[in-house]
Amino acid sequence: MSTVAVRPATMAQALTRALRDAMAADDSVHVLGEDVGALGGVFRVTDGLAEEFGEDRCTDTPLAEAGILGTAVGMAMYGLRPVVEMQFDAFAYPAFEQLVSHVSRMRNRTRGAMPLPLTVRVPYGGGIGGVEHHSDSSEAYYMATPGLHVVTPATVADAYGLLRAAIASDDPVVFLEPKRLYWSKDAWNPEDPAPVEPIGRAVVRRSGRSATLITYGPSVAVCMEAAEAARAEGWDLEVVDLRSLVPFDDETVCASVRRTGRAVVVHESGSFGGPGGEIAARVTERCFHHLEAPVLRVAGFDVPYPPPMLERHHLPGVDRILDAVGRLQWEAES
Amino acid sequence: MTVMEQRGAYRPSPPPAWQPRTDPAPLLPDPEPHRVLGTEAAAQADPELLRTLYAHLVRGRRYNAQATALTKQGRLAVYPSSTGQEACEVAAALVLEEQDWLFPSYRDTLAVVARGVDPVQALTLLRGDWHTGYDPREHRVAPLCTPLATQLPHAVGLAHAARLKGDDVVALAMVGDGGTSEGDFHEALNFAAVWQAPVVFLVQNNGFAISVPLAKQTAAPSLAHKAVGYGMPGRLVDGNDAAAVHEVLADAVRHARAGGGPTLVEAITYRVDAHTNADDATRYRGDAEVDTWREHDPILLLERELTARGLIDEDGMRAAREDAEAMAADLRARMHQDPVLEPMDLFDHVYAEPTPQLREQREQLRAELEAEAEAGQSPRPEGALR
Repeated sequence: MSTVAVRPATMAQALTRALRDAMAADDSVHVLGEDVGALGGVFRVTDGLAEEFGEDRCTDTPLAEAGILGTAVGMAMYGLRPVVEMQFDAFAYPAFEQLVSHVSRMRNRTRGAMPLPLTVRVPYGGGIGGVEHHSDSSEAYYMATPGLHVVTPATVADAYGLLRAAIASDDPVVFLEPKRLYWSKDAWNPEDPAPVEPIGRAVVRRSGRSATLITYGPSVAVCMEAAEAARAEGWDLEVVDLRSLVPFDDETVCASVRRTGRAVVVHESGSFGGPGGEIAARVTERCFHHLEAPVLRVAGFDVPYPPPMLERHHLPGVDRILDAVGRLQWEAES
Repeated sequence: MTVMEQRGAYRPSPPPAWQPRTDPAPLLPDPEPHRVLGTEAAAQADPELLRTLYAHLVRGRRYNAQATALTKQGRLAVYPSSTGQEACEVAAALVLEEQDWLFPSYRDTLAVVARGVDPVQALTLLRGDWHTGYDPREHRVAPLCTPLATQLPHAVGLAHAARLKGDDVVALAMVGDGGTSEGDFHEALNFAAVWQAPVVFLVQNNGFAISVPLAKQTAAPSLAHKAVGYGMPGRLVDGNDAAAVHEVLADAVRHARAGGGPTLVEAITYRVDAHTNADDATRYRGDAEVDTWREHDPILLLERELTARGLIDEDGMRAAREDAEAMAADLRARMHQDPVLEPMDLFDHVYAEPTPQLREQREQLRAELEAEAEAGQSPRPEGALR
């Protein structure tokens, strides 16, 4: 066990540290994006990197997302390991063609001859009072694109570990950073970051016997809060943090649901065509005989992301989660 | 010292009075496309280069004809012919050094073959047994790119990466006149100029984007003029004059190699065939127009020059034709063999390691194939299951 004092650190600091350590460990790691240089990114995640590694390693690009990702593809083709920053979720859309038509399938097109080891960091999700186009949950688009890994941390330690794993991966990784967790703090020792599990492993954040909340990213903390509040109702909820949407950890999720017999999927993304539908279907296909109730979803409404003064009505909160838990056919047990 | 510092990047000084970093005049293309064949400049051209270009043009023309025939025989799903554009295709490949990279569009199979890729491997995409039939790193040729202009930023990123590593590498990226309207064209040129990346952009202006003529594509004085807006030189060349295209591209490659940054070259040429075998060009253009361009055919122009200067005789021309026939016969014979398909390959190269979900789907397909084989429903030309 480490004896170094463990101090609180923010998720943004852990991400910065991950980038810095990756750049120090491997000369081929290059960071590029809008305002990532002197400014350190609008969320300061690239703070100090240009100063420490030079502008050729941490590069302010012209303001054009398709160009940023497209040139990163060429850099990866030449053997570099680019880490691209998209400034906001909704500003990543111009890069969508590069992502779908090239990033996700270059390995496949070339029968494995030309893998693209590149990471696309995307700040995503709401809850920060952002105006229009600053709060989208775009994960379903990425999940629907074969060839991409899609990961999202919910804790400071995971932010570090998952980003290191993403950069080390020989596959392209869409790394979704929950904006409202950038300033969340955990006790985390940057001098002794815990080794990270490979991309693709979910984790049980809270053990419980009554029902499983399946969630990820910004909704993990909400689910933890809901699980605490549920004790008053006599429910002992388990919380599974997926960490990785692609690949999906059926094993951990289904083991939990088989134990509890009930499940609710919680995410900010819209319900229709969102990740919850896929997750509910997978759980139902695999755990049908263990289920006491249909798998329910608590999600954002199927509306364009609301203006900031209305977003609290949109985002899944503790009450909406508890309402869903209450609908898991408990009467069958009594 | 960073790349940005080396070239003295433009920084607005307060108060922000904008000064153009570059004098636009030297960037502007000449009003008339550059020509060599049939002009006095031709006397300076290297006879050996002219003969090499000729052999490649004749081969290229034959390749286009053979590939088009293969579509009619059901051996290719589709073929976008570059007949009439062989001078651009060949010159683009020949100006590059071993370590350089070529970024072709879907119409540039000829350039890919001229660069040294096996003619059958170059057609894998269009035959349909796999997307890219060659290893891009082996010949430094990026995959033939179907989404228009999307490979241009790749060329910029690759050339930039090479320069950061201190490697002597130039990237040449090919695009058509229609592709210049795409956002990726704009972004690639802008990034290339800002980074001073060693890239040459070759626009083959063949008159049409499938059916849409250039007049509906741009209001610019020429496509080469677009370079000025990015701060790079634009060059206009007769795309059917193989010696001129070679000279202009070679200059641009030298310029890039010497650290001078990117160049945009517009080669004015003509797509003699329809867009692909699936297209009907009579719906949007007349035969008279096509006939005019046949008079300005790249092989004809070069043959005239070579003959006039006594650089080739009837035997030489016959030798070029025979070489092309041999290539076509080999291509035909190999393309008439059924490709060996491996359905299980579908799952092999999606990720470095298949996800659990793909492993499940792979087992599903394996079971389906085994059931088919047991029922004798399928002749299974795909080869043995692994």
